[in-house]
Amino acid sequence: MMSEMRFESPQTLEAAVALLSGHNGITKILAGGTDLLIQMRGGRVEPTLLVDVKSIPELTSISQNNGAFRLGAAVNAMQMSEHEAFAQSWPGLTEAAMLIGSYQIKSRATVGGNLCNASPAADSVPALIAAGAIATIMGPQGIREQKVEDIATGPGKNSLAKGEIVLYFTLPPRAPHSADAYLRFIPRTEMDIAVVGAGINLTLNDKGICIEARVCIGAVAEKALLVKEAAAALIGSTCDESALEKMGAAVSAACRPIDDKRGTKAYRIKVSSVMARRAATIALNRARRTH
Amino acid sequence: MSKQHVTTQINGNSVEFLCETRQTLLEVLRDELHLTGTKEGCGTGDCGACTVTVDSKMVCSCLFLGVEAEGKSIQTIEGMAQGDKLHVLQRKFTEHAALQCGICTPGMLIAAQTLLERNPDPTEEQTRYWLSGNLCRCTGYNQIIHAVLDAAKELRGAKS
Ligand SMILES: Cc1cc2nc3c(=O)[nH]c(=O)nc-3n(C[C@H](O)[C@H](O)[C@H](O)COP(=O)(O)OP(=O)(O)OC[C@H]3O[C@@H](n4cnc5c(N)ncnc54)[C@H](O)[C@@H]3O)c2cc1C
Ligand code: FES
Ligand code: FES
Repeated sequence: MMSEMRFESPQTLEAAVALLSGHNGITKILAGGTDLLIQMRGGRVEPTLLVDVKSIPELTSISQNNGAFRLGAAVNAMQMSEHEAFAQSWPGLTEAAMLIGSYQIKSRATVGGNLCNASPAADSVPALIAAGAIATIMGPQGIREQKVEDIATGPGKNSLAKGEIVLYFTLPPRAPHSADAYLRFIPRTEMDIAVVGAGINLTLNDKGICIEARVCIGAVAEKALLVKEAAAALIGSTCDESALEKMGAAVSAACRPIDDKRGTKAYRIKVSSVMARRAATIALNRARRTH
Repeated sequence: MSKQHVTTQINGNSVEFLCETRQTLLEVLRDELHLTGTKEGCGTGDCGACTVTVDSKMVCSCLFLGVEAEGKSIQTIEGMAQGDKLHVLQRKFTEHAALQCGICTPGMLIAAQTLLERNPDPTEEQTRYWLSGNLCRCTGYNQIIHAVLDAAKELRGAKS
C-alpha cells in the first residue's frame, strides 16, 4: 500500500520553500506534471508531499526589465509562444519549447520541468543554455543564481539541494543583429524524442561579422553540452561555409553519445554537425533581419 | 486514506467532489463522477483519448491531478451537445464516418473544438498538426480531417 501523499498549492515562494524544507519525507515539486505524473504512476517516484508551484506568480509569468526577459520556471510552452514580444526576441527557445509533445502536452509542459527532470534529450535545455540563461533558485538558505548548464548533471539527476525551487530564468538583453534557433532530429515529424538537438544563439556586428556565439547540443551525452570550440569557430567569421564546416566538426568532436533504438553512436555524431550547421544558418538569417 | 475536497465547474455546472491526492482528473471524471465519455487509452499522455479542456486549454486528463482542478472550469465531451442537438463537429463526424470503435472520438472532438475556437479557418496541415496528439487506430485519419474542415466551413458560413 502506498503511503499517503499530501498535496499543497502555496501562493507564495516563502510558503513553498517552508513546506518543502519542513517535510520529513519524499517531497516533489509539481509543475506541468508531464514527466512527474508518469513517474508516479509507474511507481518510480512516491512522494509523500507534492507542492504545486503553479499558483506562485514569480514562476508563472514572463516579464521584461531593461530589455532582459525573465521567464518563470513554471511558464508552459503555449504561454511562451503566445507571448509575442518574448517569442519574437527568443524564437529559438520558443520553438524548442513548442517541440515538446502534442498541443495537450505543450499546454502543461514547462521549461523548469524540462530542465529539472534532466533528460539528456530535453528539447528546451540546449536552447536555454545557448541563450545564456541564468536560473534564479530559492531554497532554505535563501536565493542564489546558477548557469543553466550547471543544473542538469546526468540522466534524471540535477544539482538542486533539498527544498530548492527554480524560480525563473533571466535571459540577456537582445543586442542588435542577434538571434537564436533550435533544431532537433527525430525519426518522424511529431511526438518523438530527439536523436540530436542543437541550439545556437549568435550576435553579428554591423559588418555581419559574428562577435558572440553559443552552441549547445542535446541527446549526444549524459546532459546537454555547451561546445565552446564550436562557438569559437563562428566568432570572428561571417559564418561562411568554411566557418560552419569547422563549427560542425567541433560539435561532432564533442559528442559522446550512446547507441539506442533511435540512433547509433556514429549516426548521432554525424547528424549533430548537420543539425548544428542548419540551426546556425537559421539563427544567422534571423540575426541579419533584426536591428 | 483521507480525501481532499475539490470545488470546480464541469460543463458549466458547479461540481464538488472528494478525491485522493494521487487520483488523476481522468479517474475522478470516470470513477467518481461517472462521466465516462472521456476515455483512457494509454494513461501516459501519448494518445489524447482523455483530452478535456481546463480553463479553455486542452490537456490530457490522465496527466492532470483531480486536486489540481480546484477553482478551475472543465469541459468534457458530455458538455458538447446542447440537449439532443449535436454540435456541428459531432454531426460532421457521423456524416463523414470519422469514427469506428469510437475510443478516440471524444478526445478528437474536444481537440477539434479548441482548434476551431482559436482558428475558424485552419488549413489541412494545421488541422493535422493540432490533432497530432490524438491517435486513432481505426479510421486512418482522413475522414476525421475532412469532418473537422467541413465543420469549420459550416461554422464560418453560419457566422457570416
Ligand atoms: C506525450 C509526451 C511527449 C513528450 N515530448 C517531449 C519532447 O518532444 N521533448 C521533450 O523535451 N520532452 C518531452 N516530454 C517530456 C515532458 O513533457 C517535458 O520534459 C516537460 O517540459 C516537463 O515539464 P513539466 O512542467 O510537465 O514537469 P513536471 O513533470 O511537473 O516536473 C518534472 C521534474 O522537474 C521538477 N521540477 C519542476 N519544476 C521545478 C522547479 N521550478 N524547480 C525545481 N524542480 C522542478 C519536478 O519535481 C519533477 O521532478 C514529453 C512528455 C509526454 C508525456
Ligand atoms: S489516456 Fe491520456 S493521453 Fe492516452
Ligand atoms: S475510431 Fe477507433 S481509435 Fe479512432
